[in-house]
Amino acid sequence: MSAKLAISKPKEGAAGKTGTWRTFKPVVDMELCNKCGNCERFCPDGTISKDFEIDLEYCKGCGICAEVCPKKAIKMVREE
Amino acid sequence: MAEIPDDEYILKTTSACAGCSIPLCLRYITKAAGPDTVLVIPACCTSVIQGLYPNTAVNIPIYNVAFASAAAVASGMSEAFRAAGKKTNVICFGGDGGTVDIGIQALSGALERGTDFLYICYDNEAYSNTGMQRSGATPLGAATTTTPTGKKEFKKDLDAIVNAHNPVYMATACSAYPVDLYNKVEKALSIPGPKFMHILAPCPPGWRYPSDKTVALGKLAVQSGMWVLYERENGKMSLTGASKAAAKKRIPVEDYLKAQGRFKTATKENVAELQQMVENNFKRIEKEVEGIC
Ligand SMILES: Cc1ncc(C[n+]2csc(CCOP(=O)(O)OP(=O)(O)O)c2C)c(N)n1
Ligand code: SF4
Ligand code: SF4
Ligand code: SF4
Ligand SMILES: [Mg+2]
Repeated sequence: MSAKLAISKPKEGAAGKTGTWRTFKPVVDMELCNKCGNCERFCPDGTISKDFEIDLEYCKGCGICAEVCPKKAIKMVREE
Repeated sequence: MAEIPDDEYILKTTSACAGCSIPLCLRYITKAAGPDTVLVIPACCTSVIQGLYPNTAVNIPIYNVAFASAAAVASGMSEAFRAAGKKTNVICFGGDGGTVDIGIQALSGALERGTDFLYICYDNEAYSNTGMQRSGATPLGAATTTTPTGKKEFKKDLDAIVNAHNPVYMATACSAYPVDLYNKVEKALSIPGPKFMHILAPCPPGWRYPSDKTVALGKLAVQSGMWVLYERENGKMSLTGASKAAAKKRIPVEDYLKAQGRFKTATKENVAELQQMVENNFKRIEKEVEGIC
């Protein structure tokens, strides 16, 4: 007897385009940013790159990046 | 401070709620463990956030297993890897319900057999995946869907139970301190034998706070002493990070409780009892750190 094992393969977007969940989006003011790295470090979903670009296709809009930014360089702006 | 690798093993993105602690913890656990790792996951939020079959957001092999079996499965897996001469890390990643209540006998057995693995319990203090029912890890006074007027019992002291097995390494961590978490996972995996970690993992819908406050809440937990960051290596305990300061000076427990909707129905007596619990804990911990007990 043999059973088929359900195996999933790693893939970006495995949970869909989670950017559609957002009601507020993070907007970075690069003039204020001192590149401390806190936002990238604490983003639960890894949607902030090492150059502090936010991937809005996947960012869920949790607001943690804005909350942990010591320079208040990230504003959460209501989605249209 | 360790140099944290840029590699990301959690692909964009899991389906965890916005602001969830789990993917934040997994990012740093997998950075510390690296690709030669298997995660063993019992039923919990982490089973469902991986994505939709046949895809997964986790770029590390995962074995999703039945609730009570995680540590037993990991035992067999670790034995098989070692017998084949492989050093592959075997890490169980289970919720509080799956560890403190349901998986505790398998965990006890694996620790007692000296299994070469790391068991990580991420603790969101309720059965979150099924709608926030109380668990043995829910704190006194917290409202859940099965304790709508607040839990009447204290949180079960899982760490004392694990400590009674004399693991080679055990530590606590919190999603608000990812570097501390990374360092502890890295250290745990460098030591052969049974290791255990307990991570406080704030959950926005379960604890009823806005999703941007996950890191702030974890910090309040540590600063108030409601959660203590420490590690025990071969029985020798030391406080780590922000808990060193909290051992000397703490914010009131109430500051942590009032930031969460789940404690809205907590009574004055609950608050006083939790504050007393924190004071007693630190008395005991200070003695242990000084080597008195
Ligand atoms: C034997 C069994 N009983 C019940 C369930 C339903 N169930 C799935 S996840 C879950 C909650 C797990 O809680 P916890 O371990 O704390 O993890 P969390 O969901 O909070 O991340 C429950 C009750 C199940 N999958 N298997
Ligand atoms: S946290 Fe703020 S200051 Fe630091 S890198 Fe991010 S945007 Fe810049
Ligand atoms: S809002 Fe949340 S998900 Fe989006 S970039 Fe900031 S921390 Fe990441
Ligand atoms: S219910 Fe809580 S633990 Fe589960 S995915 Fe949502 S935030 Fe995370
Ligand atoms: Mg739980």
